[in-house]
Amino acid sequence: MMTLRPLATRRLILQGAASVALLGLGNLPFAPAHAAANDKYPEEAFKQKGEADAIKALYGRTAEPSDKVKLDAPEIAENGGVVPISVTTTLDKVTSISFFVAENPSALAASYRIPDGTIPGVANRLKMAKTTNLTAIVEADGKLYSATKEVKVTVGGCGG
Amino acid sequence: MASSIRVRATSNGDITEVQALIQHPMDTGFVKDAKGELIPAHFIQELKFECNGKDVFVADWGTAVSKDPYVKFSFRGARKGDDLKISWTDNKGGSDTITAKIA
Repeated sequence: MMTLRPLATRRLILQGAASVALLGLGNLPFAPAHAAANDKYPEEAFKQKGEADAIKALYGRTAEPSDKVKLDAPEIAENGGVVPISVTTTLDKVTSISFFVAENPSALAASYRIPDGTIPGVANRLKMAKTTNLTAIVEADGKLYSATKEVKVTVGGCGG
Repeated sequence: MASSIRVRATSNGDITEVQALIQHPMDTGFVKDAKGELIPAHFIQELKFECNGKDVFVADWGTAVSKDPYVKFSFRGARKGDDLKISWTDNKGGSDTITAKIA
């Protein structure tokens, strides 16, 4: 009996190592040397509930509003499940663009890494649980700039 | 099996505009099925576009991206006929890859 325990533990450790190895393999093609500053999937940031916490988890600092960030979102979204949202900016040296929906179950919706040579702008479609503020953050030359707009949602995006 | 990724990449001078549409349920984990049981979260986490051996655009997504996600962006430095490789991985380990020619 005394020998069984260490064996079991060892097996657990081996299993753990195996899954770590698998995860490592899975990530390998997505870890290029020349990616933007944050080149890993920001798991923690996506888990944060509030917008402020999510921004902090993703960037570690706060953004200042800027009229150089142009956020295009509808005034009223009839279907919160599909809200077309796009951002463009005239800022230089943009390395990432992220979207936050303040009152979604998790505020961070999407984060885009913008390598050199890519035009700083993106259009996508997001879910919004209810009427709330939508914030786009542009990371440019190491600083954060934001634009915020309220979107009225008439039918929620979380099956409501 | 047909690819889950549909992509249109068109070059206009130095700028290539890319639009991609991916078939994926993007389940949030908050929605219940007909039996009243929660459908577990199932969503694309990372979507990557590569051209000429270089990442040109990388998306990190959470559950708030709409079902059958759509994304549009543009980049410089590619020409007509270049290959654009698109790949995604989801939170359940699913993945898909496609290579498109820039038109």
